[in-house]
Amino acid sequence: MKYIDEFQDPELARRLLDDIHATVTRPWALMEVCGGQTHSIIRHGLDQLLPDKVELIHGPGCPVCVTPLEVIDKALEIASRPGVIFCSFGDMLRVPGTGRDLFQVRGEGGDVRVVYSPLDALRIAQQNPDREVVFFGIGFETTAPPNAMTVHQARKLGIPNFSMLVSHVRVPPAIEAIMSSPSCRVQGFLAAGHVCSVMGVEEYPELAERFRVPIVVTGFEPLDILEGVRRAVRQLERGEHTVDNAYARAVRPEGNPAARAMLEDVFEVTDRAWRGIGVIPDSGWRLSPKYRDHDAEHRFSVGGIRTEEPAQCRSGEVLQGLLKPHECEAFGTLCTPRTPLGATMVSSEGACAAYYLYRRLDLPAGKAREASPVV
Amino acid sequence: MCLAVPGRVLDIEDRDGTRMATVDFGGVVKEVCLEYLPDLEVGEYAIVHVGFALQRLDEESARQTLELFAELGMLQEEFGDAWEMAAQEAGTVPVEEVRNQ
Repeated sequence: MKYIDEFQDPELARRLLDDIHATVTRPWALMEVCGGQTHSIIRHGLDQLLPDKVELIHGPGCPVCVTPLEVIDKALEIASRPGVIFCSFGDMLRVPGTGRDLFQVRGEGGDVRVVYSPLDALRIAQQNPDREVVFFGIGFETTAPPNAMTVHQARKLGIPNFSMLVSHVRVPPAIEAIMSSPSCRVQGFLAAGHVCSVMGVEEYPELAERFRVPIVVTGFEPLDILEGVRRAVRQLERGEHTVDNAYARAVRPEGNPAARAMLEDVFEVTDRAWRGIGVIPDSGWRLSPKYRDHDAEHRFSVGGIRTEEPAQCRSGEVLQGLLKPHECEAFGTLCTPRTPLGATMVSSEGACAAYYLYRRLDLPAGKAREASPVV
Repeated sequence: MCLAVPGRVLDIEDRDGTRMATVDFGGVVKEVCLEYLPDLEVGEYAIVHVGFALQRLDEESARQTLELFAELGMLQEEFGDAWEMAAQEAGTVPVEEVRNQ
């Protein structure tokens, strides 16, 4: 237990771990859905503190990682056009499209701007009425409501030069796809706390029942994750499969009703491709017809762009929990944060980046040296 | 971008018919939209994501989470200079320097 003294409450951490060790009698595989949870787990060595019988599998919960190459290529095409101001969150800058990224587009003269909030992009549109301002709208259920509100505001305020390239994804259909895979090993889920802060937990009981899998809503702090694991393991040992909220301080059962109402108004559910995984039915949102005027894909006619993903990147397997990052041949050699093959390495929330950053390199010595991060 | 960060409301005002707040995230101050948490008040804490308050949080939880995120470097990712970070990751000098050459 080499890391435990670093915890905010080491005594509570010990008690949780003791309880988990005392409860577990058989091997169990749990998936943490959120990339933030993955980072917390690896940073604090939680997976090493848990009994050998409890395996944590890293899920697809990093929006940057799962955004399809095709959508990145559409963004690069739009950002390269004269007269366009392309606004994005900072963590999309280095996500590789085909041959380049937004960082390079800016270097080539494209007007790419980083914003903290989608409302910042709307303000840029108001200040530049003679330019086309496009916001790159990606993310899960936590990011979708701010983006929905921004499109709603653009329509309400009559800002014609603002549009959004939308590629939002939804967690429950991803859980369904993971559980439906013949190679699935996941027996329980630690659901993403902040997604549930917005959406509540109403979508999960049906999944828990159908796949007979416990789903425990979990936060991001080490103690939150240990508590999530403790509750999931306890259910598994008892043969139960219910939805349990272990992050009640931030998650109400109904989520945030105002945000959910706005999502329903601005977006409609659609099939969505996930990078490295492929199309998952009903797993995304697109702008509803009412907001078509603000749809960048339509406005810039980039709907026809089709891109094949490179075969050498195995991030799809990592995202589905079929492969640990360091088990990939390219990890730390061909693929590093400086030269990423895929988004799980370039995104700071990606599982590959977490393994790289925290030197979780169960690798041969030579390979581990090459993979040591530049800090 | 994925993680929502807890912050404390410093003041609130109505701007163009939209309820907006100034929020302190452990020393970094940003403007935040309160349309999804309209009854949030000055001094309260909330989970904020990309400029929108999404859910209330008690002070102790907020403080602990902020400390964790600071430790993980996530506050720097959320509020730091994205171009500088991208340049470092790419192993190149910042774009502005290239343009000035």
